[in-house]
Amino acid sequence: MRRPLLPLLGLALAWIMLAASVIFLLAPLVVTVGVSLSPSPVFQLPQGELSWRWYARVGRLEGLLPAVLLSLQVAAFATAASLVLGTLAAIAVVRGQFPGREAIATFLVSPLMLPGLVIGLAMLQYFRALGLREALPSLLLAHVIIVLPYVMRTLVAGLALFDFALIDAARTLGLSYPRAVLRVMVPVLAPSFITGGLFGFLASFDNYPISIFLTDVYHRTLPIQLLQYLGESPDPTIAAVSTLIIALTLLVLFIGDRMVGLSRMAGV
Amino acid sequence: MRGAARLPSPGIGWLALPACAVAALLFALPLLLLLAVSLHGDGGWTLRGYARFLGAAYSWQVIGRTLALAFWTTLICLALGYPAAFALARTRGAVQSLLIAALLLPLSLSVIVKAFGWTVLLRGNGVVNRLLMASGLTDAPLRLLFTEAGLLIGITNIFLPFMILPIFTVVRQIDPRLGDAATTLGGGPWHNFVRVTLPLTLPGVVAGVTLVFSLSIAAYVIPNLLMGDRYQTLSTTIATAFLYLQDPQRGSVAGVVLLALSLAVVVGSAWLARRARATP
Repeated sequence: MRRPLLPLLGLALAWIMLAASVIFLLAPLVVTVGVSLSPSPVFQLPQGELSWRWYARVGRLEGLLPAVLLSLQVAAFATAASLVLGTLAAIAVVRGQFPGREAIATFLVSPLMLPGLVIGLAMLQYFRALGLREALPSLLLAHVIIVLPYVMRTLVAGLALFDFALIDAARTLGLSYPRAVLRVMVPVLAPSFITGGLFGFLASFDNYPISIFLTDVYHRTLPIQLLQYLGESPDPTIAAVSTLIIALTLLVLFIGDRMVGLSRMAGV
Repeated sequence: MRGAARLPSPGIGWLALPACAVAALLFALPLLLLLAVSLHGDGGWTLRGYARFLGAAYSWQVIGRTLALAFWTTLICLALGYPAAFALARTRGAVQSLLIAALLLPLSLSVIVKAFGWTVLLRGNGVVNRLLMASGLTDAPLRLLFTEAGLLIGITNIFLPFMILPIFTVVRQIDPRLGDAATTLGGGPWHNFVRVTLPLTLPGVVAGVTLVFSLSIAAYVIPNLLMGDRYQTLSTTIATAFLYLQDPQRGSVAGVVLLALSLAVVVGSAWLARRARATP
């Protein structure tokens, strides 16, 4: 006779853990949004009426807008450069027959697995040794190393599933080689591009441990500026800024969902 | 039309050259320089920096603290995440999309925003303490912020999605009929789990454990915000040595130690993953 007791118990436990995980994961987000809408100047959840007063003060935060623009600029550059470099490298690794392909793939993904603070520290000393002291070029170069692993990882996975015979098939049907690539390969690989690009972009936009070594007074990325606000007198304006970042992240995920599907993005 | 319009396979490897050059110049060389700085002092090569760092009992406390924090974080994430991944794999359609969104949103969100949320949640008159007191579990507010318990809550929160998602990816590929087959063959539920399900999910577990552990030993923002300067991990030691003490050699030595730990985790997990795949 079957004894369903354990599977049932196991399943109940699994559901409880899933519910607990989701509540636990969303708790800091919910609290942040709540505090940002509360009229109270101490961090409190709104009791009764909501207030937008902290949002009105966001525009007056010193240094916020330049930080946002700098972070967007750095992330956009790093993502664009990584998509080009990563696509070429992924094709080489998946299609090539040369020895050391695995080693190259591991090497290009490895910055993701190594401590960012150590990479940032190493870059600072290296750039100084080369005489590069300006913050902006340092940040642009460094962030390519942050984004490249994300692009590389998803593109290698995507390309491994791509049937290159399709390109030959399209050519047999009369398309030129570039058109065959454009018509056949690009649509199939688009989800990998988008997933790798979006996560890479967010990783750059959010990076603290590498940027902290490379910024100066005039070039602060958003995470560094945020941490400074937190260190100074924190009031719920920070909660309003955080809520705007939550909204931006939601927007990016929404775009990803429309273009790729969340369940596919979760598979990375 | 050229005869070789098809990409020549032998030369295709050169496409990796630009990325490799960039990664070598911006990533490998800096790390080599870091190693050189850690071995350099008094106008020559020396192990003095390592002797100074590793000879101090305090450094071993820091290393031990870093590893213990990563260990407990990984264990809690696994205990929560493994069953949660199973439940997630059983959901379908819109419910599953919504739950995945609930995992991906915190995963993609800035660490600083989440850390800020926890400083609000954990403070003396914060939400967690109010809930505890309202439920009668405690009479007075507990001190949570700037304690290791609070840090563990915060850091687990940051890295939990990295445990759930790889396990979920593996679990959803398991054919449910395998369980029926095992039951038909006379296996009890516990036996089925240990002999059939657990081995099949092992690659996901190895991937999740590796990610969470290597992210935890390197964590900087969360310990810094939830514990302050007194609490030193390897990461905060590096930052302090460099940004405040202006002691590049000490920072570089601590950096190489952290790097060595991370590499050991990555190499060890690659070995484990190969074994997990090899076992039937």
